[in-house]
Amino acid sequence: MAQAAAERELTMSRAMVEAIATEMRGNEEVFVMGEDVADYGGIFDSTQGLLEEFGRDRVMDVPISETAFIGAAVGAAQRGMRPIAELMFVDFFGVCMDQIYNQMAKNTYMSGGAVNVPMVLMTAVGGTYNDAAQHSQTLYGTFAHLPGMKVVVPSTAYDAKGLMHAAIRDDNPVVYMFHKRLMGLGWMPAPEGPKTPVPEEDYEIPFGEADVKREGDDATVVTLGLHVHRALEAAEALADEGVEAEVIDLRTLVPLDTETVVESVRKTGRLVVVDEDYRSFGVTGEIVARVAEEALSDLEAVRRLAIPDVPIPYARPLEREVNPGVEDIAEAVRATGA
Amino acid sequence: MYEWMVTARHYEERLQEEYLEGKQPAFDISAGPIPGELHLAAGHEAVAAGVCAHLRDDDAVTATHRPHHVAIAKGVALKRMTAEIFGRRTGLCKGKGGHMHLFDPDVNFACSGIIAEGSPPAVGAALAAKKRNTDGVAVSFVGEGAIDQGGFLESLNLAAVHDLPVVFVIEDNDWAISMPKERVTDVADGSQRAAGFDMPGVRIDYDDAVAVHEAAEEAIMRARAGNGPSLLEVQVHRRMGHFMGDPESYRPEEDVERHRRLDSVARLADDLRSAGATDDEVKEIEERARERVEEAIAWAKDQPEPDPEEAYEDVFVERGERRQEPAATAGGED
Repeated sequence: MAQAAAERELTMSRAMVEAIATEMRGNEEVFVMGEDVADYGGIFDSTQGLLEEFGRDRVMDVPISETAFIGAAVGAAQRGMRPIAELMFVDFFGVCMDQIYNQMAKNTYMSGGAVNVPMVLMTAVGGTYNDAAQHSQTLYGTFAHLPGMKVVVPSTAYDAKGLMHAAIRDDNPVVYMFHKRLMGLGWMPAPEGPKTPVPEEDYEIPFGEADVKREGDDATVVTLGLHVHRALEAAEALADEGVEAEVIDLRTLVPLDTETVVESVRKTGRLVVVDEDYRSFGVTGEIVARVAEEALSDLEAVRRLAIPDVPIPYARPLEREVNPGVEDIAEAVRATGA
Repeated sequence: MYEWMVTARHYEERLQEEYLEGKQPAFDISAGPIPGELHLAAGHEAVAAGVCAHLRDDDAVTATHRPHHVAIAKGVALKRMTAEIFGRRTGLCKGKGGHMHLFDPDVNFACSGIIAEGSPPAVGAALAAKKRNTDGVAVSFVGEGAIDQGGFLESLNLAAVHDLPVVFVIEDNDWAISMPKERVTDVADGSQRAAGFDMPGVRIDYDDAVAVHEAAEEAIMRARAGNGPSLLEVQVHRRMGHFMGDPESYRPEEDVERHRRLDSVARLADDLRSAGATDDEVKEIEERARERVEEAIAWAKDQPEPDPEEAYEDVFVERGERRQEPAATAGGED
């Protein structure tokens, strides 16, 4: 029995919900607030089943008023509660960004540390299902660029649970960005990989520790979210050609584990950064810059793959063109001369 | 009006069929001929028809993420709209926008996938009409879930303070995805919000196209005459889920039944018969609508998909020369 329990597999959404439920049981101050989080259980199953256990006072559906409810989460957090607010699609941040980056992210600093904002802002990111430019963005870079908030991007159920525990317990505001395609939704099939064994007990994955999801000596592929799985698939294809790619899952963008990346590049000499966010001024540039600062002499070749600075188009051939695919990643690794 | 309404109803039913193709048995949102989300407007037809009956091509309309009925009533090119929904290069937006983001400048129609975000641009269109001394008006359609959003309330204020020719139309279908109206607002009559901005507010408690037509006439004529904005709320019915694939487990069965029973399209057909129209005349309208829809869908499915390289057109992007040739539209005009 114990062994069966240890090997039970969860989808990423179930793992996230398990962490939230555990924290809610242990701490009356934790509550969830967002659009369609109660009766619906979250459009992407991020709060499935919480209403039944905790009731409407602690799992609150709110009007479509992101400025008001995300700002309210900030206010409650400043009074010492631990709200988890959900912004349904990251694309919607535009209507409420002031509360996110001027209030949630800055109040601790501006108050000279007098107030904390221990809240989690969960949001769905990513495309690959043809929903066009207002529902498919990833925007990792936007949130990681603005100071004052931690930014977490899980790619597996195991990571999702441990990162969620850490996020809720953190005294800083944490933006928890989950990719829709990884959640295990019935209507959006996930790739192989995000569904993993997840321990019953609670555990934290500390922020700022990247995970080497696959080891290899020939090239370093740094990525996060959905593209971890695409990179792993590309690495398998490359292995057939005799090229061993190391795949690093950043897991958190703020704080960022530069050390693990640099260490890997020192070993492989070749760096490919893959991101589903826009190319310019984003994650790919940041990783390359940090590696250049730390290990310029070890760097033999660099390639970046990201959305090529166009809004995400709707039609299938167009979206496939701009979103880095498995073959694009394999090709980028080959292009480094690996 | 009836023709627009039956066109819209049949269109939604046919889109539903097309959308579900290839997505079964295990529903997969990105499979089949129409990928992505699809928000159908069956049950919303009366408000679109009643309001748009007073609009000219040069009047601007901004619709929501559930836009097809309004687009049809506003006169958007049906074939090219359909091609857009199927993601084809001859679609209204060359396959870049999809069903929530339809733009037809020929009839000044636009919509947005973000709640309430169509209201400020409608105010802008009204501002342009006023600045240019035309008698053009703008209409912003929003759902009842949108009226708690800042963008909507700020738009009411801006339009009021500048006496702009804009009409705000709330389509109240009682549901913001899974949220029933009574749990998002303590004020059942959304048109009361107009009072806070010193503009007229009217609510119609049933989706009677004739009643909407009358109320909309007053609001639109008021705007056209330079007397400023107004707010019109109409009860409509969401006959389907929020989006295709929405299991609607949150929705009580009685509510679904009530919404099916109260049908604005059937109501208007009855009204037409009472006013002297024969069954044959009503059927003829329905047939015409059906043919138009079938023709649009058949045409759209026959259109080519965009070339991947077209992803880099229509935006300035650091990728060398931007390609300029527009997507062919020959044969796509209605």
